[in-house]
Amino acid sequence: MTTSMQKPEPLEPEARKPSGPPAKQVPGQSPRALTRARRRQAVARFWRQYRTHRAGLVGLAVLAVIALLALTAPLLVGADSQSVTNAPGGPMEAPSGEFPLGTDQFGRSLLALMLWGTRVSLTVGLLAAFLSVAIGTLIGITAGHFKGWYATVIMRVTDWFLVMPTLVLAIALATVLSRSVWTTILAIGVTTWPTTARLVRAQTLSVESRPYIERSRALGGGHRHIMSRHVLPNVMPLVLAQTTLVISTAILTEATLAFLGLSDPTIVSWGGLLQDAREAGAVSSGNWWYLAPPGLAIAVVALAFTLCGRAVESVLNPKLGVSR
Amino acid sequence: MSSESTPALLKGAAGVESTASGGPAPAGPSARSPRSRSTAAYARYAAGKLAGAAVSLFAVLVTSFFLFRLIPGDPVKQMTGGRQVSTEQIAAMRREFGLDLPLWQQFTQYCGKALTGDFGTSYQFRAPVVDKIAEALPATLLLTGTAFVIYTLLGIWLGARSAWRNGSAGDRANTAFALTLYSVPSFWLGLLLIITLSVGIGPIPGIFPTGGMESGNTEGIDRVLDIAHHLVLPVVTLVAVEYARTLLVMRSSLLDEMGSDYLTTARAKGLRDDLVRRKHAVPNAMLPTVTLLFVNLGTTVAGAILVETVFSWPGLGGLFYQALSVPDLPLVQALFFVFAAAVILMNTLADVIYPLLDPRVGR
Repeated sequence: MTTSMQKPEPLEPEARKPSGPPAKQVPGQSPRALTRARRRQAVARFWRQYRTHRAGLVGLAVLAVIALLALTAPLLVGADSQSVTNAPGGPMEAPSGEFPLGTDQFGRSLLALMLWGTRVSLTVGLLAAFLSVAIGTLIGITAGHFKGWYATVIMRVTDWFLVMPTLVLAIALATVLSRSVWTTILAIGVTTWPTTARLVRAQTLSVESRPYIERSRALGGGHRHIMSRHVLPNVMPLVLAQTTLVISTAILTEATLAFLGLSDPTIVSWGGLLQDAREAGAVSSGNWWYLAPPGLAIAVVALAFTLCGRAVESVLNPKLGVSR
Repeated sequence: MSSESTPALLKGAAGVESTASGGPAPAGPSARSPRSRSTAAYARYAAGKLAGAAVSLFAVLVTSFFLFRLIPGDPVKQMTGGRQVSTEQIAAMRREFGLDLPLWQQFTQYCGKALTGDFGTSYQFRAPVVDKIAEALPATLLLTGTAFVIYTLLGIWLGARSAWRNGSAGDRANTAFALTLYSVPSFWLGLLLIITLSVGIGPIPGIFPTGGMESGNTEGIDRVLDIAHHLVLPVVTLVAVEYARTLLVMRSSLLDEMGSDYLTTARAKGLRDDLVRRKHAVPNAMLPTVTLLFVNLGTTVAGAILVETVFSWPGLGGLFYQALSVPDLPLVQALFFVFAAAVILMNTLADVIYPLLDPRVGR
């Protein structure tokens, strides 16, 4: 975090200018190639501005490291490190050279369990956020595109979901359905989409009021063409920023559900480790080394996604005044 | 919800604004008519919001009934807890809790009773659900109320300071610290606080109780102090994870005001920087924050579930968790309704009060 608090650099002059030479209409160049070139330029411009956000860069670097750890977990620690039988250490050992983070009540190495937990937290966080944002985008675009009773009904449903206490609803869903990772993903995805839907709908309305949509309609563009070719590309940046922010919420909610014992008990996750620690009496015996790492990991990953999301948001909307 | 209605109201009130914002009101009978018309408009607006809230409350009631019917397991079997019971006894219990009726009759009965404030009898406590909730409510209100006041004041104060020195080292440290705490799971922070300050590690002695609301053997002023002593750690936990939201909203709404001409005027008058902030900028920036405050108040009640569980606080959250594990359908339904109703009522209150606070909107 400390690196993100240094003096802000003045915005690079080139970042302000509309970057790169304007794509000229060269005769013979296909429209598709033109679009691709323009997209590439847009991405390059985006990255140049993102780079100026220190906090966003720190978040990105942290995420890269954690993703690498999650992917290589089976190579770093064997699959048998999760097994309760023939665990290598004694129960509840304090951190030592052999077990850098100590052991749990079954004698398993906590470092190995933490690495395995990374996979679950990231998978659930990413998939749940993806589900949530997909539902939100679909509902937002259709509600903004189709007027009339459809939009009215769907926005009432959205409003209703919006006032529901998310955590209470997710807990209820996780209780009602069977215990598995997919239930957790579903419970988070189904309860967190309304914010995205509202944002996307507002953006859709503003995009659809522009003249080129009218032109497209006059040329015979149907509903699907307008929604997928014109509206979707325009709301995509917003959706991207929203996704990164939803991921951190999803990771926190996953940990919460696991801590309440509402996720698959056979799968090692960070929230589950905290529940194990509490049940094993780590609190009353003062075994802080058992409790501290999982929560710290959750916080670091959630914070990293939040930092990335805020950086993306402020690149797209510089008026927000997010500190660099 | 409120953010959407604001622009529409702004348009409608454009004519009224000029009379409200300054200058002597035009004399004569013509001055009265816009005022009374705007009052009528406000009454219509408020009535619309209240009707919307009523619809939402009913929708929540319907959901609370059907959602929890999906929980696998027979509630009667759970109640008997594996004891030997005859089929007649089971039938009698089904009749007692109205579980023998068809689902739609159960539903109409449930709605009818809920309207009169009767949410049925708890399976596990064998007591009216309303009584159980009334028992736990003061504890939750005490915890969330205290935390709400503290994190609101803290968030507004820090947010205002942060925006005033936008981009400075203090601002960045402030925002970063708030965001970090915002990313921390509340239950984990609670557990860590218990370990360090209640159980104690190494040289740190345990100075706070590990849970509960009171020790139970105190009277009068001692009892108040005892409860306050128990209150410290749960409130610290809630404040730590919640104040970031208020801070960020306050910060961005003050940033919006920063370039305004009236601040330049205030400085030109020779006011100290501190006074410009406190007397001119902050009151204006407060307006958007007010909406958030109400929303916060509504969500904190449900947000306290985890903190209450960790600190074994005898409030609604702990009750909800207890009821879920049975599952104690009437209690779960009623609590779900209470949590959602808190949010709905607070949102509606924010919508209704906002035009009264900001003369540019409505009126």
